[in-house]
Amino acid sequence: MKNTKHKDGVPIMDAEAIRRALRRIAHEIVEQNADLKSAVLAGIPLRGIEIARRLAEFIREVAKIDIETGTIDVAMHRDDVGTRAELPMVHASRLPLPLEHRTVIIVDDVLFTGRTVRAALDAVSSFGRPARIQLATLVDRGHRELPIRADYVGKNLPTATREQIQVRLQQIDKEPDGVWLFKE
Amino acid sequence: MNWTRKDLLGLRELSADEINFILETADAFKQVGTREIKKVPALRGKTLVNFFVEPSTRTRTSFELAAHRLSADVINIAASTSSLTKGETLKDTAKNLEALHADILVLRHGSAGAPQFLAQRLKSSVINAGDGAHEHPTQGLLDIYTIREKRDKISNLHVAIVGDILFSRVARSNIFGLTKLGARVTLVGPSTLVPREFEKLGVTVSYKIDDVLPDVDVVNLLRIQHERQRKEYFPGIGEYTTLFGLTKERAKLLRPDCLVMHPGPINRGVEIDSEVADGLQSVILDQVTNGLAVRMAVLYLCGGIAT
Repeated sequence: MKNTKHKDGVPIMDAEAIRRALRRIAHEIVEQNADLKSAVLAGIPLRGIEIARRLAEFIREVAKIDIETGTIDVAMHRDDVGTRAELPMVHASRLPLPLEHRTVIIVDDVLFTGRTVRAALDAVSSFGRPARIQLATLVDRGHRELPIRADYVGKNLPTATREQIQVRLQQIDKEPDGVWLFKE
Repeated sequence: MNWTRKDLLGLRELSADEINFILETADAFKQVGTREIKKVPALRGKTLVNFFVEPSTRTRTSFELAAHRLSADVINIAASTSSLTKGETLKDTAKNLEALHADILVLRHGSAGAPQFLAQRLKSSVINAGDGAHEHPTQGLLDIYTIREKRDKISNLHVAIVGDILFSRVARSNIFGLTKLGARVTLVGPSTLVPREFEKLGVTVSYKIDDVLPDVDVVNLLRIQHERQRKEYFPGIGEYTTLFGLTKERAKLLRPDCLVMHPGPINRGVEIDSEVADGLQSVILDQVTNGLAVRMAVLYLCGGIAT
């Protein structure tokens, strides 16, 4: 993603909106998963990891349950290596094992084409066979290229393909939380 | 950092940032070895040619397994089975491999500079798996990775490299890599095999191993390369062991937390006693495990960039 300045972007969510959205997702996760003790929130680097951490905090508040968190690397599972100018940085995946009988909730900041999620599904499978896999995203901007949908969405945002979405999180970016839309 | 190199020819031309980037990438790939399915599709559809004009078992198999774990296809060519024995030049053999759409060429060659020669002439990635007495970058990287894994850092550590430095590509790659990352390096061995010239590379040279051992964090022992020595550089194996071998008795000089390393193959009873090679301070087998992760990282980075 090219380096964009916030003043050129349209603000979509501020810190409070992100907080409310994640808190609502936490409620939904609690409602839809009877056995949260065996679930794991698996964040996709980098911002998915931070969102997973925040969701775990809200779930602790809402349901008094310590849900496990992990990370799931997608870079080495992508299908476009050798075609992109910039090679994605690979990270180690960390998941509680074995995955059998667990629910893995993949967490990312923006859901777009679905190709990252496909890579994440592939990565999770290399660790074992979870009972089920779900997907949580802060922003769903549409334009799927694969038959993938999210189970939990913070905000549905209609966009044009050429527009860009930028998510900033304090712990990762060292600037205030926010989501911006950039027109071309 | 953004990786931009299609080839890995040596550690001399890499920056400290690039070396650290490879080591961090290797961290991620090391973890793949602990998964139920120890294979990722990162280089699916790519073809790797292991072209070994000099014999090798561990380096070749390590590259082969690394390529398999990245889902690349692998062809092995040994000198004895290649057309080089029929008079074909290295360049023509390589051009033929490229015509078969080999994406990555891993080359082991007796002549220093052979990988560079091919890298300049081929579109394929060229990975140096050891060229003469020049460099063996993946061995240097896996040695550095192993030290970093056990000590959490490289800078300000004191590393002794002992043995046949003159003929050792492993020594050169270690010297370039370790000094770039801020380690202090002392070379130890017979004066015929450790000329003072090496001090120009920013290292210390010593001929008295017993003075060096108590002060080091790591001792890396090299094999005497009989195959590269055209004349006698020291009177005999027995004398070498007496003066420079890491014997059971001499190992008592080491600090308890000093790491003992060896790139293999080890000659038990020559440069290292069995008790030391199999002892608690030895990380020789960790080096082998880490070699796989480091080679996966190198293949991923050099083979994965758009060309």
